[in-house]
Amino acid sequence: MKKKYLEEKIAKGILGALTAIIVLALFSLLGTIVWKGAPSISWEILSQVPKGGYYFGKEGGILNAIVGSAYLAIGAAILAVLISLPVALYMHTHLPCHPRFLEKIRLMLDVLWGVPPIVYGAFGFNLMLLVGWQSSLLAAIITVALLISPIMIRALDESLKHVNVGLTEAALSLGYFRGEIGYKFLLRQTMPGVATAFLLALGKGIGDTASVLFTAGYTDYIPESLAEPAATLPLAVFFQLSSPIPEVKGRAYAAALVLTVIILVISISSRLISRHLSKNRIQ
Amino acid sequence: MRKAIEEIRKRWMQLTLAIIVLLPLSIAASLIFKAWPMLHWDVLPNVLLGSEWLPGQGKFGLWPFIYSSLLTAVIGMVVMVPLSLASAIYITQFAPKWLENFLRTVIDILAGIPSVIFGLWGVLFIVPQVVDWARSWGSENVSGYSILAGAIVMAFSVLPFILNMLIELFRSVAIELKEAALSLGTTYWQAIKDVVIRQIKPGITAAFSLGVSKAFGETIAVLMVVGNVVQIPGGLFDAGYPLPALLANNYGEMMSIPMYDSALMLSALLLLIIVVIFNSLAHRLIRHYQTKV
Repeated sequence: MKKKYLEEKIAKGILGALTAIIVLALFSLLGTIVWKGAPSISWEILSQVPKGGYYFGKEGGILNAIVGSAYLAIGAAILAVLISLPVALYMHTHLPCHPRFLEKIRLMLDVLWGVPPIVYGAFGFNLMLLVGWQSSLLAAIITVALLISPIMIRALDESLKHVNVGLTEAALSLGYFRGEIGYKFLLRQTMPGVATAFLLALGKGIGDTASVLFTAGYTDYIPESLAEPAATLPLAVFFQLSSPIPEVKGRAYAAALVLTVIILVISISSRLISRHLSKNRIQ
Repeated sequence: MRKAIEEIRKRWMQLTLAIIVLLPLSIAASLIFKAWPMLHWDVLPNVLLGSEWLPGQGKFGLWPFIYSSLLTAVIGMVVMVPLSLASAIYITQFAPKWLENFLRTVIDILAGIPSVIFGLWGVLFIVPQVVDWARSWGSENVSGYSILAGAIVMAFSVLPFILNMLIELFRSVAIELKEAALSLGTTYWQAIKDVVIRQIKPGITAAFSLGVSKAFGETIAVLMVVGNVVQIPGGLFDAGYPLPALLANNYGEMMSIPMYDSALMLSALLLLIIVVIFNSLAHRLIRHYQTKV
């Protein structure tokens, strides 16, 4: 065999082996979470809030964290849509005539995307002090919404780029205003993009720990208003894991399993939705 | 009437755009404002390079934290770069269609996994592994909670993000280039190595510099496995205490001690500066590359 073919064989083998490590890492991760979490999962844990002596291993469950996470993620994702959708549409209806400004905005979005969640957390905390709020569900929702908006705008931006320019031109020539074009035509064309961006943001929002560490507070109750503190699943994992008591640790594993399942469901449904909603699209 | 509604739409769009454009500025402004007492020429060098961390006595040396952050990020990149580059090449160039789809699904799932889950995996799987390595290496710290564990967990949590960028890059290379090389009698591997990779080298560097900035910001996953001991780690098996972990662990108590919050906000500011530097580096590389092609 010639030397170059041998070299190719070896290279291919090494590349394949390194790729396999990533696959193994995912399986070991999912395996570890299921293996540790499954024995601790019970109906009791999923359906009850912590009761007296909970942190010493007595009765109760993580319902407060499950509901808190749901409130937080949905609230933040909705708020993020209200911010992101207009920005993304504005970029594609009013700004195409200013490519330089557009490029600056994209750079800024990339920088924001790279800002660590913990820095958002610190910023959210400063903001909270400035306004004089306590740590609460609303403070956490705002922090997470600011965290996920750049991601959402970039995702919407990418999907709007695929919309045919001819559509905008045709609508303009018919006398539609730019804003109308955005909300009536571009939005409909990019509906799958909006759905996947929403789910992407929902997943990020439900999973983020560092940004809500100081803004959400932590409570054993299910929040009844926006001004009350809230528990979230990642915080439940984080706080309970450090406990020396096996029952409490088990609940951290259970919370991790619930969180992982939620994330998996979100990412699978986002794939399905983007496949099903693509039928209105003009190529 | 239509005109009025259009006007409202436009104003709302401009308002939200203003929020997004002002956000990075206001983050920077709020951190600078809070860290202001430390941002003085007499104080700053002592804080950045001092290694004594005794907030109760007013000693805020951030150097152990900065050093831990640097070390973890470097080791994390050493783990991540070969893994991500190799699998990007494998997925885009060698893998058959079914395997490619499977691998992309794996990356998508990995990309969605929250930081805290990576941390838990680190505690349950990586740390015991590191204990074994530390034993056979004859290290003193055999708890396993170490820079190395932090770096490995960090590498895997940043990996999917970089890998997706690299895959896009490899896809963007014109097929004709590779065909030309192949028609000259090269093997696939030679064509990839000498033509494809050379073509997108700046893009690869850009992707990795974004990776560095993500690596510095990784908080919870690293915090859970890195040990959190204030010291200058002497080796990979020693515990460390990176900047984000410092922020996350001490937020609750900082209000009670004077200057404590400025020191913590300074560490947040440092993180922000690192991220901005690496991001603009990446952007510059990409722009340079685009003007050349």
